Amino acid sequence: MTLRIDETLCHGHGRCYDLAPELFGEDEEGYSTFTELTKDGEVPPEYAAKARLAAENCPESAITFKEE
Amino acid sequence: MTVDDRFTQDHRDLRVDPDDVVRSEVITGPVEDWTTDFSHTEPEYAERAPEIWDDLRGRCPVAHTERFGGAWLPTRYEDVAAIAYDTDRFTSRAIIASNFRPPKTTAPIGGSPPISSDPPFHHDARKLLLPAFTKTKTAKLEDATRAFCHGLIDDFGDREVVDAAAEYAQHIPIRVIADMLGFPPEDGPEFTRFVKNTLEGINDDHDDREVQSDDLFDYIFEQIRDHVANPRDDLTTHLINAELYGQKLEPMHVAGTMVLLLIAGIDTTWSAIGASLWHLAQTPSDRARLAAEPELMKTAMEEFLRAYAPVTMARLVKDDMEFAGVKMKADDWVLLPFPAANRDPEHFEQADEVIIDREVNRHAAFGLGIHRCVGSHLARMELKVALEVWMERIPEFTLACPEGVAWSTGQIRGPRALPLRLG
Ligand code: HEM
Ligand code: SF4
Repeated sequence: MTLRIDETLCHGHGRCYDLAPELFGEDEEGYSTFTELTKDGEVPPEYAAKARLAAENCPESAITFKEE
Repeated sequence: MTVDDRFTQDHRDLRVDPDDVVRSEVITGPVEDWTTDFSHTEPEYAERAPEIWDDLRGRCPVAHTERFGGAWLPTRYEDVAAIAYDTDRFTSRAIIASNFRPPKTTAPIGGSPPISSDPPFHHDARKLLLPAFTKTKTAKLEDATRAFCHGLIDDFGDREVVDAAAEYAQHIPIRVIADMLGFPPEDGPEFTRFVKNTLEGINDDHDDREVQSDDLFDYIFEQIRDHVANPRDDLTTHLINAELYGQKLEPMHVAGTMVLLLIAGIDTTWSAIGASLWHLAQTPSDRARLAAEPELMKTAMEEFLRAYAPVTMARLVKDDMEFAGVKMKADDWVLLPFPAANRDPEHFEQADEVIIDREVNRHAAFGLGIHRCVGSHLARMELKVALEVWMERIPEFTLACPEGVAWSTGQIRGPRALPLRLG
């Protein structure tokens, strides 16, 4: 299960790190980053629902989550 | 005492020459036809804007008016988003539609960076603010905000009816932004006047508008000079010291950004808190559910932000062109009603219903694209704390008299009078 943040689309709304702080963090300007858990762009299966929730709530549709 | 030459002049010598501002005729009075003569400054719009958007979306998705020297009102999510993303064809050099158009030479900086700025300058001006407004930074203000909210409710004493807009919602963002800018907290009533003049005085006489703006800039320059003499750890000192391209900021950049933070931070959040309480006062099932499941507040709050989004922005059309089937002319206003976009059934299921546990909620209350509200994390903190404290202290409340509720006109929508019966 892979996760991607499109940096050209992310404008720092922070819905992702609000809803799924395990999977997303904020840099010092509020843009989305990966966390220790997701640093390779991989999502542990038990976090699939959270990853989906974050992707579905990003106002800029900047997050892509692929569930194989 | 330190002197900074940038701020010793009178701001009247630094501002845009009033002779260069293009003025249009002030047209007021009831709207005949919302598709050809809309006006967001008439009482009817305050009373029933959501119905007007729904009606227009169905039969005339980009409405027009000759008022304000010519303006457009899109109501579909798709069109609002397309305009927000299209900074090539729409400029932010003015973002409050009125009968004044600042000269083209003010772009790409505009009077209140970064909201009035276009790329590429916009990004650099915005970067100066972002670090102070992250979720982590604004979370540090939570405890003080919570204590302040409790104090406001303590002040209700044992009264049965209070005006939640004027006595609660309004004071919270005023206190928070005054602290961040380092302004005297007792100046709150003055901020209310500045906000009202800027946002609701859209159709006031030209000369009155000028006096109002001078009044605001007099105040800001006074604060800047005080901070130059006595630097502090706050946003005003930060902006005075900030540099862009190896130089300190232009004096009107510093002042314009301060005006932006003051105006953008107050009316908006005040409206969001008030509208949420208005909804809860009339919806006992949602009230009961939030009292029983306080952890639902974050999800509920996003739904209030969607359904009662307070902020409509504006743009000016750069050159004559066609957009969404209409012919727009250079310097036409285009309103960006994010609240109308948020109620588009093409984009949201059950768009006209308030569903406090709505899980998927890709709303645009804080805008879309490069101008995403810098204060969104701060506003969310304030709204959450304000509603949590209210629900904890006053779980039962109803509208004291529905006719007593008054909504604002103009681009920021929220209750300005909200009499609630407590208990
Ligand atoms: C519920 C409360 C609020 C709402 C709904 C809101 C909404 C918005 C919207 C829609 C924009 C986009 C403007 C555009 O596209 O032209 C915006 C921009 C902005 N807001 Fe807010 N706002 C709120 C509270 C605040 C607060 C508390 C602050 C800070 C004190 C703030 C500061 C700003 C700034 C600085 C911008 C300009 C960003 C830029 O142009 O890059 N806002 N806001
Ligand atoms: S929700 Fe979307 S836009 Fe916001 S920080 Fe996350 S990725 Fe960026």
